[in-house]
Amino acid sequence: MIKILRVNMKTKACDFQDVPAEYDGLGGRGLTSAIVGKEVRPTCTPLGPHNKLVIAPGLLGGTNCANSNRVSVGCKSPLTGGIKEANSGGQPGGHLAKMGIHAIIIEDIAPEGEWYQLELTKDTAKLVPSTVAGLNNYDAVAKLVQQYGEKNSYITIGRAGEFRLTAASIAFTDRELRPTRHAGRGGVGAVMGSKGLKAIIVNPEGGENLPLVDKEAFTAAAKRFSKALLEHPVCSQGLPNYGTAVLVNILHEAGGLPTHNFSAGRFEGHDEVSGETLNRLTKERGGEGVVAHGCMTGCIMRCSGIFPDKNGKFMGKWPEYETLWAFGPNSGINDIEMIVRYDYQCDDYGVDTIDVGAAICLFMDAGVLKYGDAEGCFKLMEEISKGSAIGRVLGCGAATTGKVYGRRRVAEVKGQAIPAYDPRAVKGQGVTYATTTMGADHTAGYAVTANILSVGGTIDPLGKGGQIDLSRNLQIATAAVDTVGLCLFVAFAVLDIPDALVAIVDMLNARYGLKLTLDDVPALGKSVLETEIKFNREAGINEFADRLPDFFYDEELPPHNVKYDIPEEELRTALTW
Amino acid sequence: MSVFVTLSTTLRNFVPGYRAADGLNLEVSGPTTAGDLAQRLNLPLSEIKIVMINGRRLELATPINDGDRVGYFPAVGGG
Repeated sequence: MIKILRVNMKTKACDFQDVPAEYDGLGGRGLTSAIVGKEVRPTCTPLGPHNKLVIAPGLLGGTNCANSNRVSVGCKSPLTGGIKEANSGGQPGGHLAKMGIHAIIIEDIAPEGEWYQLELTKDTAKLVPSTVAGLNNYDAVAKLVQQYGEKNSYITIGRAGEFRLTAASIAFTDRELRPTRHAGRGGVGAVMGSKGLKAIIVNPEGGENLPLVDKEAFTAAAKRFSKALLEHPVCSQGLPNYGTAVLVNILHEAGGLPTHNFSAGRFEGHDEVSGETLNRLTKERGGEGVVAHGCMTGCIMRCSGIFPDKNGKFMGKWPEYETLWAFGPNSGINDIEMIVRYDYQCDDYGVDTIDVGAAICLFMDAGVLKYGDAEGCFKLMEEISKGSAIGRVLGCGAATTGKVYGRRRVAEVKGQAIPAYDPRAVKGQGVTYATTTMGADHTAGYAVTANILSVGGTIDPLGKGGQIDLSRNLQIATAAVDTVGLCLFVAFAVLDIPDALVAIVDMLNARYGLKLTLDDVPALGKSVLETEIKFNREAGINEFADRLPDFFYDEELPPHNVKYDIPEEELRTALTW
Repeated sequence: MSVFVTLSTTLRNFVPGYRAADGLNLEVSGPTTAGDLAQRLNLPLSEIKIVMINGRRLELATPINDGDRVGYFPAVGGG
């Protein structure tokens, strides 16, 4: 039986409810955005009692479909002031789905200073005083594992979330019970902190694969989908062997790797912080290092990697490309071990690596740190956990840091930091940054595919032509993928192998007894985006917020010496249909 | 003419001793395309998905000029 769990942090009531019919056909981002759109007043204070935090697995979660156990987190964002969906890998998504929990809705707030943890089983939910308040994610999870056991998965916030910093993330444990997977962006961890919820203990006992209306058809379609993933070289070779960090060298070569706060598109030390280097060092050092590590059950792309220190001991996960970029090229640091340590700090304190990495770069832009000061960066990062004034500035991300230090060149949209693809040299990506409902978010419409990677066609990254349509279509498709609960990296196969999308539709039909066709996929994506756009408009974010900072229009980016040149009035057409 | 070449991920395995920090500085004589150059390096053309010449994505059939910078990539992606 599928249900929604409502948790009231003020009254401590935990109620399982039937899923209202209006949420039929929705999961993941589609469901979190629908619930936030319906139940959260767009003008509310993000860290106040009227905001809600919604956690939802996707439509194909808890099935044998490959890579379908992502989990979405939705709320009004304290970073952007608009609607937010941040999704994560790790184990809790699949566990929640198998427990029949379609969504958890966290409402209201506990009295200031009180911390609770939610004990969750298939049939019961109970708020109890937290035993791990004040701890960062690694210690908190270790203690919870001692208390509750190794068969659960855990959802936690670190001290950054307790401090309600606007770049705070929510951690989801991986298969080895490490808090390495995060709903990173938009300050979702601050919202969880504002509610007084420190942790969720997800006990999957008794959960099972969800009933399938047509088991035979589902199994056949799931096989075809896996085959497409295994056939596509990005999904089956590039990602497992080199992680997302495989992008460092190609973005460098394309002149789109933002360096020294977006002042150049190539970084001399690029190869030292690349996927090739992660792969080589992990293999050379052996021990607990892992090439091709999956962050969640059912993952066959296995991009997450484990990085060993010189003695072969666990040092941290392989940093994502965006993490390597933020602390590496953009901050002038070419020491990969140090970047693994910053990534660990981010996971531990519970902050978004992109917004905090981008803020580190602004401390350098402001002269507080020198570009390339790896040790200074590490010490400054520690301030986040201490809760000092400077640490709180850093933990609030790039836009806040830029304001505090009076910087002009702050790469952000709607308050959220622009990640690792310079919009001047990857122009389709600039359209997505400017126009997505989420604030600058590379995943919302990943135009790097056709602009750089020759996936899903090719479009000149330096030209204006076709970029608006490319971004629009990707934003629509991504909203659908995020609703299904699929890892976004399935998109490489979906864009190049036509049967992959047919297989997804077939699985949805076989799972739920629906009669969807391929045409229904963009219709679903559009409807999710329409809900999000409506929320943002009513929150006071209008189409004039769909813009890039003006330095991208004013300054040329070497080596191609290009400016951004898609006019704002054209950007404003991206999310119209 | 001289050409600067960089290789990515698995393509490095076809050029023994390739050092990423240095890339390859090659002397080339006569009209040469990006594909010719790849074959001279024993790179299997079927494994090359993207060729960048001076940071622009071009074709294996594209002629190389003196001073060009050429990057070869297999299928890669992330996000």
